[in-house]
Amino acid sequence: MSESLSVPSAPAAPAAPATPAAGRWLALRTLLRNPAAVAGLLILLAMAALALLAPVLFPGDPLDMVAPPLLWPGQDPQFPLGSDSLGRDVLAGIAHGARISLAVGAVAAVLSLLIGIVLGALGGYFGGWVDDLVVRITELFQTVPSFLLVIVVVAIGQPSVPVIVTAIGLASWPVIARLVRAEFRSLRESDFVLAARSQGFSPWRIIVQEMLPNALPPVIVTTSVLVATAILIESALSFLGMGDPNAVSWGSMIGQGRELLRTAWFLTALPGGAIVLTVLALNLLGDGLNDAFNPRLRGR
Amino acid sequence: MSRRWQALGATLRRTAWQAVPTVIGVVVLNFFLMQALPGDAADVMAAEAGSATAETMAQLRQHFGLDLPVLEQLGAYLGHLAHLSLGNSPRYNLPVTELIGARLGNTLLLMVSALGLALGLGVLLGTVMASLVGRWPDRVLSVLALLLYSTPGFWLGLMAIVLFSVKLGWLPTGGSASIGAGLSGWALLLDHLRHLVLPSLAMAGFYVAIFSRLTRSAMLEVSRLDFVRTAEAKGLHPLTVTLRHVLRNALIPVSTVAGMHFGTLLGGAVVIETVFSWPGLGRLAFEAVMARDYTVLLGILLMSSGLVILANMAVDLLHAWLDPRIRLR
Repeated sequence: MSESLSVPSAPAAPAAPATPAAGRWLALRTLLRNPAAVAGLLILLAMAALALLAPVLFPGDPLDMVAPPLLWPGQDPQFPLGSDSLGRDVLAGIAHGARISLAVGAVAAVLSLLIGIVLGALGGYFGGWVDDLVVRITELFQTVPSFLLVIVVVAIGQPSVPVIVTAIGLASWPVIARLVRAEFRSLRESDFVLAARSQGFSPWRIIVQEMLPNALPPVIVTTSVLVATAILIESALSFLGMGDPNAVSWGSMIGQGRELLRTAWFLTALPGGAIVLTVLALNLLGDGLNDAFNPRLRGR
Repeated sequence: MSRRWQALGATLRRTAWQAVPTVIGVVVLNFFLMQALPGDAADVMAAEAGSATAETMAQLRQHFGLDLPVLEQLGAYLGHLAHLSLGNSPRYNLPVTELIGARLGNTLLLMVSALGLALGLGVLLGTVMASLVGRWPDRVLSVLALLLYSTPGFWLGLMAIVLFSVKLGWLPTGGSASIGAGLSGWALLLDHLRHLVLPSLAMAGFYVAIFSRLTRSAMLEVSRLDFVRTAEAKGLHPLTVTLRHVLRNALIPVSTVAGMHFGTLLGGAVVIETVFSWPGLGRLAFEAVMARDYTVLLGILLMSSGLVILANMAVDLLHAWLDPRIRLR
């Protein structure tokens, strides 16, 4: 989104190519003074802690029957969020589901960052036929509706966490590729790149050590949205029953709760609430990062 | 005027030609994805029949051309395509175009009403937020937009079912029309509309958030430009300035993003149609994956890519209308 409203003179980009690190510290300090972003960060850390501690707090398989079926939240203090029709603890499911959601979100985002940065950097730096090729491939992937692509790729492999991660990563890199390509195209003509080129540095070194650090700020901002989108895609996928059948995930809990929507709607509402909370935290963080890296827009 | 229409025609032709390699790329990419899928329609049909001899299976495969070498299958498919045919579905034993045609209307109805709702509400909320920037309506709406932006559409739909169908009993839970009600005329239309409300709201939620946030920031961006100050200095009514000068220019990024999200909207239809048992393309695509009915799936993927290309062409034309400086090349 920031692309369409791009600011040619954003101080974050080519202003201080020598020490992008200094600008980054300033951005971090700005970020930590933004209450909304800090709230997002805290929620995210709490979710991560819940995910990490799930095996300790809720030992045993969350798919096991441990409680009387269909306890409402608050009915039995031992199971504060109630239980589903098979007597599975909803709170344990949400805690273990956090592992899947966060892991899928993070790894899929890393994968699409890798593909997007490599393709975008190559196209933006070299131009010519390399760029044409990159643009064509990006267009191709943007033309196929990405959720359909994810479904097809998951159907090719079997539904398991690695396959789902690959599918989401394969479907969501074009945004990053376009962003990095645009940054590289504008950086390519700048003085410090010219200087590096005249010193005879290899393209590899110029791309990785000189240009990439300066192209990163918009990518960092987009990353939190990327993770959020990946979490949403995973939840939709497992809602449809195409998730990993051996693991609890928020989406699959919603899918199973849907059968009892009329009588026990809390089974659908609670895991959905967890998704909203996590994605909201990521979006708050993303907005905060955006403000921190684009000081010109600050105070809006 | 006629020159403008000529330019329009030329643009459309040029964009259509540019789309050709993309379409061929989509066909080839999808075709090889389909080949990578495990099993084929014959497997599923045999499994559903309960038993099949090796001979029957071979016969089925031969009948549908599934036993031919991959490149020959691709050639045959491209040949069909040149005759505007998407092939036959082994499973339903019907031409794919017919299957898609029966569902396309429903999906388009859902998408157009969701997109219209999202654009209308989003631009309205965004305009309100930008006009009252920093004041409490802006802050409340910003928080609401962020919340909607974080909510999965299918969950929004399920919660809407709980509230409006189960608790309040105002709207139906799913389907596209009441079955066997024997309605006609206005009652039939009303019945269709009542079935359309919840799915299109659920689908629109996420996009309302996107468009309102985007409208807000684009309007704030535009409102600092010189021509806005000039318009204000001319003594134009603030509402005129907002609507004719600021909003019109802010609509350019909004329509760009709307075009970009057209494909996402189509993908999202799969989930929303499942939640509301809406008989559309998304549902058909999902069933086709499950039944390994690759001809249908390929047809749907191709059709949706075509829709995305058409949507982008429409956005180009819209830009030229919003901002005459953007030439129709």
